[in-house]
Amino acid sequence: MEVEILGNKDTRSGFGEGLAELGRTNENVVALCADLTGSLKMDAFQKENPERFFQVGIAEANMMGLAAGMTIGGKIPFTGTFANFSTGRVYDQIRQSIAYSQKNVKICASHAGLTLGEDGATHQILEDIGMMKMLPNMTVVVPADFNQTKQATIAIAAHQGPVYLRFGRPVMPIFVKPDAKFTIGKADVLQEGTDVTIIACGHMVWKSIEAAKALKEKGISVELINMHTIKPLDEEAVLKSLTKTGCVVTAEEHMMHGGLGDSVAQVLARKFPAPQEFVAVNDTFGESGTPMELMTKYGIDTQNVVDAALKALSRKKA
Amino acid sequence: METTELQKIASQVRRDIVRMVSAVNSGHPGGSLGCTDFLTLLYFDVMKHDAKNFTMDGTGQDLFFLSNGHISPVWYSVLARSGYFPVSELSTFRKLSSRLQGHPSTDKKLPGVRMASGSLGQGLSVAVGAAQVKKLNNDASYVYCLHGDGELQEGQIWEAAMYAAANKVDNLIATIDFNGRQIDGDVENVLSLGNLHQKWQAFGWIVLEMDGHNMTDMKNTLLKAQSLSGEGKPVVIIMKTEMGQGVDYMMGSHKWHGVAPNAEQLADALNQLEETLGDY
Repeated sequence: MEVEILGNKDTRSGFGEGLAELGRTNENVVALCADLTGSLKMDAFQKENPERFFQVGIAEANMMGLAAGMTIGGKIPFTGTFANFSTGRVYDQIRQSIAYSQKNVKICASHAGLTLGEDGATHQILEDIGMMKMLPNMTVVVPADFNQTKQATIAIAAHQGPVYLRFGRPVMPIFVKPDAKFTIGKADVLQEGTDVTIIACGHMVWKSIEAAKALKEKGISVELINMHTIKPLDEEAVLKSLTKTGCVVTAEEHMMHGGLGDSVAQVLARKFPAPQEFVAVNDTFGESGTPMELMTKYGIDTQNVVDAALKALSRKKA
Repeated sequence: METTELQKIASQVRRDIVRMVSAVNSGHPGGSLGCTDFLTLLYFDVMKHDAKNFTMDGTGQDLFFLSNGHISPVWYSVLARSGYFPVSELSTFRKLSSRLQGHPSTDKKLPGVRMASGSLGQGLSVAVGAAQVKKLNNDASYVYCLHGDGELQEGQIWEAAMYAAANKVDNLIATIDFNGRQIDGDVENVLSLGNLHQKWQAFGWIVLEMDGHNMTDMKNTLLKAQSLSGEGKPVVIIMKTEMGQGVDYMMGSHKWHGVAPNAEQLADALNQLEETLGDY
């Protein structure tokens, strides 16, 4: 199974297109934005549905409360701001007014992780997946490319309950087919293999595709899984693949503690102990730089995935 | 409803409050007793609501949000006494597996509650959001919310206040329980609110004041608030109350904010409060 590049676009534009389509097809969808309409690509929805778009200004705590209140009366609110201001800044509002209160709010978070780039560590949140997955009732979705982000945006509107949707800023290759079906909690197996499993989410899926090619040249057969839903985790997909390969690399643009790797490790510890290597940011803040420079410096680049796969393989053999 | 009738209900609600908190030796009687008259009037006379057919969406109904969730005893009693759930369930307050959690929640599906509260400062945003959706749905009902005065120290309140005025959310009537006391002492000493009336005015709200223990004054003020709705501005009512109202040894102090009376103190309190509708 060869992964084909279909174009290049940012995942946030996928969100913008998905939201615009929802605006045309679902009259209950409303959108709120905290002064980042252009950055979140929410302009189309705003233009086409001015009565259903709420500009809240630079007041994210209020935005989360408003969104929770707007579910009462049947609306499906989509909030939009950077991932940092969508989670850490408003954790208690999400916890009490959305997650504990079981409100049908979709928290849409752009500019997640290091690839926000030059703005630096104040804006590069690497803890958001952990914070959100720890909340009961919360679903956590991290789509891999432009097409998948659009598909996920549309899919979460049909899901009853709070959702955290994480996407990013940089232009990245598109490889998910535009007509692919997105199912929350159902992992995509991008490539089947027998030696090592790579489980990735978000931008790291592309890096893992590149890594799988490099590994193939070394004669290593990689099974590559796009784990776009961190919670609920597709445990069946993890176990099915690990039964075949016996070792795994997890790759994410997130802190090593609390992210996708943690979730996969729990499955292995409970049900199928096997060597696991983690490609993630290791207990440090980021800094200013271009997205690709940062991925290299902080150890979440293609080569890191390759090295981790070789290490996992060697541990399996030992 | 006649004032005397409302006062009878309020007396029973106050008995419920002190009995509930005493039974589990925890909970917040002070603010609960202070807001008893207001919530009794709201639920038994002012609000348009259907206790027997509670829905989360509340379409065509007035909505109420309790932002200062720690005064759950008074809300639970008023909800039960107005028919949302059996009065006997008040005996489960704060006990394991109860629908009557220490602070209000929705996860156990207690009729009447639409939003968890307890962590302060979040309810105004929620009420504003719900009020905007009422407008979007062409639902000409009111949204009410209640806040503590100490709670106004939370920044989110002022984010919501700014937003509601800027967006002309004029189907919203917020009330502040202005008892001047919070856990650590007088609000004035802990963190002064300054001129609260002028603050809300400066934020673009219509500001009314009322006596939280005078049914007639409250009724007139709430009717006035309703008449002022629809004119492009949200309405806030600063309601002067006494923490612990109705139980002499609790009044005039912040000390009964979150302390339950023991058996002897409970008997003393119950002696001061007429049993009008039968204890649960």
